[in-house]
Amino acid sequence: MSGKPKLHYFNGRGRMESIRWLLAAAGVEFEECFLETKDDLTKLQKDGSLLFQQVPMVEIDGMKMVQSRAISNYIATKYNLYGKDLKERALIDMYVEAVIDLNELLMTHTFQPADKKEQHFATIVDKATNRYFPVFEKVLKDHGQDFLVGNRLSRADVQLLETLLMAEECKPDILVKFPLLQSFKARISNIPTIKKFLQPGSQRKPPLQEKDVPKLMKIFH
Amino acid sequence: MSGKPRLTYCNGRGRMEPIRWLLAAAGVEFEEIFLETREQYEKLIKDGVLMFQQVPLVEIDGMKMVQTRAILSYIAGKYNLYGKDLKERALIDMYVEGITDLMQMILMFPFSPPEAKEKNLDSIKERATNRYFPVFEKVLKQHGQDFLVGNKFSWADVQLIEAILAVEEKIPAVLSGFPQLQAFKIRMSNMPTIKKFLQPGSPRKPPPDECYRETVLKIFRK
Repeated sequence: MSGKPKLHYFNGRGRMESIRWLLAAAGVEFEECFLETKDDLTKLQKDGSLLFQQVPMVEIDGMKMVQSRAISNYIATKYNLYGKDLKERALIDMYVEAVIDLNELLMTHTFQPADKKEQHFATIVDKATNRYFPVFEKVLKDHGQDFLVGNRLSRADVQLLETLLMAEECKPDILVKFPLLQSFKARISNIPTIKKFLQPGSQRKPPLQEKDVPKLMKIFH
Repeated sequence: MSGKPRLTYCNGRGRMEPIRWLLAAAGVEFEEIFLETREQYEKLIKDGVLMFQQVPLVEIDGMKMVQTRAILSYIAGKYNLYGKDLKERALIDMYVEGITDLMQMILMFPFSPPEAKEKNLDSIKERATNRYFPVFEKVLKQHGQDFLVGNKFSWADVQLIEAILAVEEKIPAVLSGFPQLQAFKIRMSNMPTIKKFLQPGSPRKPPPDECYRETVLKIFRK
């Protein structure tokens, strides 16, 4: 029993990636147990480890936590990445929830049927550049600070960086109109724990390839 | 300026209903503004009132809060419905998120095509009786307490009673295999603030009908 958090998921980003980011940003080492087959999932379900029979599941501090938001909330609070009071938490929550919405769009792109992909891509670019990025660009401009909330690193910064990088994977010049987000990206990427996570060989997962989708479907469907 | 929280949404349940439940359960009076036309919604966007151009919007304590979960977390934190420590919060979060997944199926139901409705109803029944309700039945049985977490009324209890009643509206006998949940339902319904919310004339909204569905489609052009 190492005492380190243990993550149960398939070997890919999905709904576990934000949790990997948060742990890494907090400088917390973790272990991973990858589901490779449907039997792996069934075994976890049968031995009562999954409260609602779903992954992600993270073993941490004696708990078998499920539900990605519950897990992220716990980690963020435990490692002081959730603001100093209720009002800062409210701001962080608003920003994080929006980032999650954009993340969902980015994540589901690989699963789109061929005839819907182009339209979906257009939606991603539209929402990113018209709905979400302008808000964060303005937040940074208005207060002129290095971090989104309370002049201090929080989960909002970590999750925004994660999403900015994913959006760039989708369209490399997507930040062209957002100078403050570009410098935010550089700044947060240089934080030692995050810099380490962004290096090859870390536990950060690559984007899902189309060829991996059938294997994934076999585990979960 | 009354000082009461002010809710802006359509005149129906949707994503605002859990917020109405939580405020009501906490005994907090609130005002409501109902969106009836696309023009009203576009004006809100133009005025810069909606951070991500979406509702729900709740004006509370000088903030214009958006994003349902952010709003619910704030209310739960403010009114002591979020457990006494980090571990109780973790449990409450897990339970609330699970229930929210079930409620999401109910939320989307009015907008599914007619030919998919029967299958979706079966899915709701299957998930409720095989995945979600058994968990809470077991939690209540194991600790024998009145409330889900920490022997104290919390956001998790409010979310669960809302979900039970919503599922029962669609599947009246859904609690037949769950005696603990039946007792929980009666117990929660009798709490003074919730009892008041369940009475006619309260801010609680009726189940979505065709009129509501059309209003939503008209305003948000889904």
